Amino acid sequence: MAATPHRIRASRALTAVMTLALVYAFLPLVWLLVSATKTQSSLLTSFGLWFDGPFALWDNVGETLTYHDGVFVRWLLNTLLYVVAGAGGATALATLAGYGLSKFAFPGRRGVISVVLAAVAVPSTALAVPTFLLFSRLGLTNTPWAVILPTMVSPFGMYLMWVFANESVPDSLLEAARIDGASELRTFRSVSLRLLSPGIVTVLLFNIVATWNNYFLPLVMLSDPEWFPLTVGLNQWNAQASTVAAQPIFHLVVTGSLLTIVPLAVCFLALQRYWRSGLAAGSVKQ
Amino acid sequence: MVVPPTRAPGPVAVPRAARSRRRGRWIGWLFVAPFLLVFAVTVLAPIGYAGYLSAYQDLMVGGERFVGLDNLLGAVRDARLHEAVGRVCLILAVQVPVMTGLAAVFALAIDSGRLGAARLFRIGLFLPYAVPGVIATLLWGFLYGDQFGLVHSVNDTFGWHVPNPLSGTWALPAIGNIVTWEYVGYNMLIFYSALRVIPAELYEAAALDGAGPWRVAWSIKLPALRPALVIATLFSIIGSFQLFNEPAILKSLAPNVISTYYTPNMYAYNLSFAGQEYNYSAAIALVVGVATAVCAWTFQAVAARRKDA
Repeated sequence: MAATPHRIRASRALTAVMTLALVYAFLPLVWLLVSATKTQSSLLTSFGLWFDGPFALWDNVGETLTYHDGVFVRWLLNTLLYVVAGAGGATALATLAGYGLSKFAFPGRRGVISVVLAAVAVPSTALAVPTFLLFSRLGLTNTPWAVILPTMVSPFGMYLMWVFANESVPDSLLEAARIDGASELRTFRSVSLRLLSPGIVTVLLFNIVATWNNYFLPLVMLSDPEWFPLTVGLNQWNAQASTVAAQPIFHLVVTGSLLTIVPLAVCFLALQRYWRSGLAAGSVKQ
Repeated sequence: MVVPPTRAPGPVAVPRAARSRRRGRWIGWLFVAPFLLVFAVTVLAPIGYAGYLSAYQDLMVGGERFVGLDNLLGAVRDARLHEAVGRVCLILAVQVPVMTGLAAVFALAIDSGRLGAARLFRIGLFLPYAVPGVIATLLWGFLYGDQFGLVHSVNDTFGWHVPNPLSGTWALPAIGNIVTWEYVGYNMLIFYSALRVIPAELYEAAALDGAGPWRVAWSIKLPALRPALVIATLFSIIGSFQLFNEPAILKSLAPNVISTYYTPNMYAYNLSFAGQEYNYSAAIALVVGVATAVCAWTFQAVAARRKDA
């Protein structure tokens, strides 16, 4: 498996050091898993890394899903909407644009490339407040569009697709299709799209994680809990404990966090080989 | 959409290939246009609007007053912004090298072939990246708690005196730890991918020359990591300037330690949403955006020059 040749034995010291690193990576996750099985009261009184009190995981899950008329489920559906429309849209736009920049020498191409690459260095969070101000003037704030539209633009995704199209779609193949009389759109659909698919999956994964995990943009754009994604909703539950005369619901925050992580972690482990190929394409070429 | 040519053939016969090439000159725009349209609405327009807003001042009575560069100059001289920028620079100077270094060491270790269960380490260290920053912060917040969190449990159970991670001295390292936890595996995977594409001939040549594993790591693997290191550092620079989730969420646990202007982003956010100072907030966002871009581009330029030297 390793590229380094022959006479290699596993090193115990190295394995020990890396095991420590793994313990560090898993510590909060183990805490989360253990804590999700506890009741609100034993959560606050027992040792964090071991089970205690009655096994309350299923009760906690039930309560999380039904608390406040099932608002958690609503947040989950919102998150899915933002992921499908935002991350899906971002991937589609990045693919088209990356391919266009890679395969057509159109007037203004260099200008487009430099503007978009410059945008990679503009922090999206620095943009969030001005975008909020602009969108609020346009009457878009507090609607799903306020979250979906900014999510649909991924300069980094476009950069990756550009690099990927340069590498994986040979110009000679496109020439052949053109000589056969295929229109550019048809060539794109039936020839290039298939060659681009590993890159598309990578960009889609990046965008899904970024959208699923996004907090700042929806926090800025939305004030109505009806439209919150999971991240904003969960933090609101957490903050509820520190407001005056409120009832702390830490066990729901913990269980909700677990329910938020699990689907992404599963999708992530199943598709992780695509990450590696994509990361290689994005990081090795300069 | 590609529109089929409907023009009647002109009197002058243009060669077929040249005609289709000229027609094709603009087709690239059709592919790029949808992206650019949304890009203009969500990136260019907000930047322009921020510029417009920063040139005005909201008066209590009588609407807006044009103040030109006053807001921007005020932001540049703002002591609170200096404090916030100083804090992210500290993160940049300490946390980013620690995280990048650890990630490189982990990647080299996994690639060395001297680990049992290398796959488990690779996937396991990457897993925290799947955890939303908000949840990562909530989790570490619970672990940090010295009233009823894990720190409290440990002190209680073993009689230790682990200092409160959310006290004045330790809050910034505590935030740095969360960021490291979230991204070390992600960076490791970038480095690991870069190591996997080193051609086997290089290793064979090194073996023929009698190079040992350390020598191979130093002379072949580290240079191969260079471009990936540059990219990872670039994203970390941008990420540090954007720091918001971790301090903003920990603030509820340590309201007296973490101020409303703890990071530049928290400052811009709180000016807008707590203070209604939209014009000044836009100026802060612009100044921070420019500072980030300058930092990122400077780093990239220096890295490129080092490579040529």
